[in-house]
Amino acid sequence: MWKQFEFGCFVRVEGYLGDVSRVTKLKENLHKSPFVGFIVLYLLKKTARTRLQKAARYGTTCALFLLVLSAWAASQNPDTDKPVPILTGNIGTFSFVTGGRNLIDTQINPVLLVPLGDRWLIESRAAFEGQFQRPPDGGPYGGPVTKHVDYAQVDYIANPYVTITAGRFLTPFGIFNERLYPVWIRFLQPDPLILPIRTEPSDGAMFRGGVPVNAKANMNYALYLSATSVGIGSVDSERHVGGRMGLFLPGPRLEVGGSWQKTLQDVRKNAFGFHMGWQPARLPLSVRAEYAHAFEGSGYWAEGAYRLNQAHFWHKAARRTEVVARAQQFFVGAIGADAEAGLNLPGANTREGDFGVNYFFKDGLKGIASYGRQFSSAGNFNQWSFGLAYRFLVPLGRVSGAQGVQ
Amino acid sequence: MKIKAFFMLMMCTLALGTFLFARSNSAKKEASPGPVVQAADADSMRIEGENRFHANCGRCHAVPHKFPPRMMATVLRHMRVRATITAEDQRLILFYMTQ
Repeated sequence: MWKQFEFGCFVRVEGYLGDVSRVTKLKENLHKSPFVGFIVLYLLKKTARTRLQKAARYGTTCALFLLVLSAWAASQNPDTDKPVPILTGNIGTFSFVTGGRNLIDTQINPVLLVPLGDRWLIESRAAFEGQFQRPPDGGPYGGPVTKHVDYAQVDYIANPYVTITAGRFLTPFGIFNERLYPVWIRFLQPDPLILPIRTEPSDGAMFRGGVPVNAKANMNYALYLSATSVGIGSVDSERHVGGRMGLFLPGPRLEVGGSWQKTLQDVRKNAFGFHMGWQPARLPLSVRAEYAHAFEGSGYWAEGAYRLNQAHFWHKAARRTEVVARAQQFFVGAIGADAEAGLNLPGANTREGDFGVNYFFKDGLKGIASYGRQFSSAGNFNQWSFGLAYRFLVPLGRVSGAQGVQ
Repeated sequence: MKIKAFFMLMMCTLALGTFLFARSNSAKKEASPGPVVQAADADSMRIEGENRFHANCGRCHAVPHKFPPRMMATVLRHMRVRATITAEDQRLILFYMTQ
């Protein structure tokens, strides 16, 4: 403020809060204007980087929302062959008893599929998961509720052999992460020990597709480049490049393949893996296996599921029942026990065997129960799991015909 | 900085996508895998579609029920990308699943 003194000159006079910064004044008077206060607090609280991240996130979300809206509008076209946007996903509630301690895990994983035109697809999966446990000294159940986006990608089917994907996508290293992860699909609910190896979501671009080699064989491939990646239990960003190739023989229903990934920063190490799957046509049997090797560790899992379709007793219940088993082993790498734990990998060489039963109440709804025992130098323990998994699928537009959602 | 680069990449991709989508809508659908076939071929296509359905879909999950055609078209497009099935498999399975 300016004040005229007796001798005629103007002198700048500081107010009584002159030695207090403007930011402090604002903060202390926020209650007078809640809206301005919210903005000021937001601006003060967030660093420039965080604001940029938020802006990027909100911008992307808005752009995706607009595209979804346009697709929804397009879906109102009565063309009966036109694909319609759908919301699908799964809900699961499980109880994992590990070494005598119970963990209640409840999760919902919605998947949004928005087809655009004849060649485009926007797809995204989010995960909302609560894990509740009693404290070791007793008391009520409590624990974190987490949420994250597993993938948010745009797919362009360029031609019969190439699909181009951009955005955040599931890293195609092995087959479990990309194909078998959803709770309504997997045979056993506990994750394989080697799942965290090289399966952090990738942010970048990917080329993939399926190519018929001849009448008896199909080849499938995926080549990807990730600019950044937010790891499981880690905030580190990572650049990597990789690929996966598989050969599927429809006759014997056998698939074999391999994966490779190279980190493009820091250690610049290679990782590789192999996978196979076999479903004999004459038996209701499914066998899968994976091997992965990386500098953070290596290991394998092999599992089988047998549907009791051919049982001669309790036929009605038996044909809905599936018995499953898995054997797996993990060998620690050269990064140390703490780093292994940070990646959700065991800190010591580990072996595990699991057996379970799945009961399909109806299409998309199954009950699960399993028992496993883990052996390692860090200690042996039993692992029980019980729960329900449900897959839902809802159209987000008009569907033709008299059929409803089942 | 990486976040900014990723944001820019996403926005460019979306902008390009929207542009190409608008363009592809004006051009007519030459690559539509629609299940329009001659009646004489329908039976063989249905049988072949069923075979491919069991061979491909059974690799990962239990056999699902059928859904309305417009939903199946979306699901099959998703599975073509996710499971890297071939275009021919997608076409035949879609035909079988929408009969």
